[in-house]
Amino acid sequence: MGTLQVSPIPDKPSVFFPEIASAEDKFRACLQCGVCSASCPMAKAMDFPPRKAVKMLMEGRFNEVVESNTPWLCVSCHTCAARCPSKLQISDGLFPALRAAVMAGGKPLPSDLQKALQNTYLYGNPMGESPRKRADWAKTAGVPVPRISQLRRPVDVLWIVECSPSFDPRNQEVSRKLARILNTLGVDFAILGHEERCMGDCEWLAGERGLFEMHIERNIDIFNKYRFKQILLTDPHAYRALRNIYPSMGGVFDVQHYTQFLAERLDQLKPLLKQKLNATVTYHDSCCLGRKMSIYDGPRALLQALPGLKLVEMIQNRESSLCCGGGSVTVFLDRFIQERVKDRLADQRVEQAVATKAEILAVACPYEPSRFEDAVKITGHEGKLMVCDIIEMLANSMGLA
Amino acid sequence: MNIAVLAKQVPDLVEGLEIDPSGKALDVNYLRYILSESDDHALEQALLLKEKVGGRVEVFALNQGEARESLVAAIAKGADRAVLVDAGLDSPLNNHAAAQIFAGLLGGGLFDLILTGVRAIDDLDGSLGGLVAGSLDLPYAALIRKAEADGDGKTVIVQKEYPGGYAVELVVRLPAVLGIQAAEQPPRYVPISRLRQVMKTATVEEVSVAPPSQQPLDVTCLFKPEEGAGAVMISGGAQEAARQIMSLLSERRLLR
Repeated sequence: MGTLQVSPIPDKPSVFFPEIASAEDKFRACLQCGVCSASCPMAKAMDFPPRKAVKMLMEGRFNEVVESNTPWLCVSCHTCAARCPSKLQISDGLFPALRAAVMAGGKPLPSDLQKALQNTYLYGNPMGESPRKRADWAKTAGVPVPRISQLRRPVDVLWIVECSPSFDPRNQEVSRKLARILNTLGVDFAILGHEERCMGDCEWLAGERGLFEMHIERNIDIFNKYRFKQILLTDPHAYRALRNIYPSMGGVFDVQHYTQFLAERLDQLKPLLKQKLNATVTYHDSCCLGRKMSIYDGPRALLQALPGLKLVEMIQNRESSLCCGGGSVTVFLDRFIQERVKDRLADQRVEQAVATKAEILAVACPYEPSRFEDAVKITGHEGKLMVCDIIEMLANSMGLA
Repeated sequence: MNIAVLAKQVPDLVEGLEIDPSGKALDVNYLRYILSESDDHALEQALLLKEKVGGRVEVFALNQGEARESLVAAIAKGADRAVLVDAGLDSPLNNHAAAQIFAGLLGGGLFDLILTGVRAIDDLDGSLGGLVAGSLDLPYAALIRKAEADGDGKTVIVQKEYPGGYAVELVVRLPAVLGIQAAEQPPRYVPISRLRQVMKTATVEEVSVAPPSQQPLDVTCLFKPEEGAGAVMISGGAQEAARQIMSLLSERRLLR
């Protein structure tokens, strides 16, 4: 499949949860061409697929959409917006607005999402883990992972580990490996530890403006308390928030996703990649890193630096990549979606990976390892396809496993 | 329908619990408090009733933990009045003492219904509702999972849970006290923008009351559950595992 040339549209605060009236204004630019609905992997299950939803908005019948199943079926894959000829922010503008309208109307939310939002308010992470235990993963990293508050000096890199890589056991292992890689590269880095809270992408997409603003304001205060040259992120969603949204709220920082950070240091990395991999690998472009942030080449460059690795592409790749079905807020809509949609996107994606005859499905987003590992079991490909974060593959080749 | 909701603070288990050096109380250094879950359901049930038949919802909480925060959240959800009750005591009150205070505030026919969670996780005592009802000489029904207003405004129809998955419908004469197990629907979500706005504008009334004559609970000893000997892991194939299970069951005389 060819690649579609699209440029990402930066998020603007003006499209963030617009009041219904201003949303109407913005979406008057809609041509009703239907590219959004035709591109949407969830459209067939929606009462109002994107084009229809915009039409309803233009006709002043937005309430019917708010009360339908539509607000909670969008997986935020951004295909609609990336392909929209009028450059309308559908998945990141219209859908958060729909969800905000559901909340403002006091209507019930999908229960997993409600719990996640309540947890994020109380503890700064959607899992409801103790904020004091946020850096517990680092105790077994085998290398120093200093907290910036303890260092009492400026650092080069402030690493925002984010929620899932801090608390989820599968991803904690990836975090420990990134710590070892940074240590080996001699990077002067530190983490926030118990001061770190959710970076807010989830709340944005959930339409929870108040919670989002609360976290952003707090996070910017914390960032301003310390001195560092740049922020390093493990989670593409946090990267998007810091790149596209924080600046409009006064938080201007130099931020990089780890794939960019490491790709810039390939010359230093390459001699350290000693262990041969001898495997065929296919890479899954996550929606957030790819379609939303246009990062396609860095992850591939890192993979191709691994000795013995053969990189193959899935039928849907780069701008046309198929969503894993569970990025950011969608993780907490999983049950709601599964009760209404039979074909899981993660299963379809794993089938695409298997079709390439790859032995490893490489990912660069913390939502994906567990999601795709489940899908590998569900589709009956256990033992045939491994799911690895690029960090794990680099660490293994560097002998840091 | 005028409804009073009694809201209690309980320790938030997310932080884990430690016992302080006295051996008689929880270590409060890292303890945070949240609204008792079944009280949250009592509030939800009260708000649902108000939305259907009109009236007022007033929430009362003893001044402990994050009670003020919980009262603000109750206003954000739709409560009409929030009252922080201060008895000038540092230590938590037992249900007898709390019931004495609440009965003093809620008597005199002010309310058609008094709702409270059926029990709280910190004491699993479950006696507050019954004690308040006893003091005020009102009917009391507990383990309620649904409450609907009857047309005449003199009764409510409630569903009460029984063991074994059974439930009965009861007609309860008003005024009455109900111990809520679960509301008809999960407690509602309050968008944080609304919560923050309410924090700035809402008033939580403060009421000082005399310390109760019933003394606060006297704890003699607090300890963590003792660990058992652990589980027996059964390995091997299905046949072998089944044989081992059968032999374990017969050893323990669990087979007839």
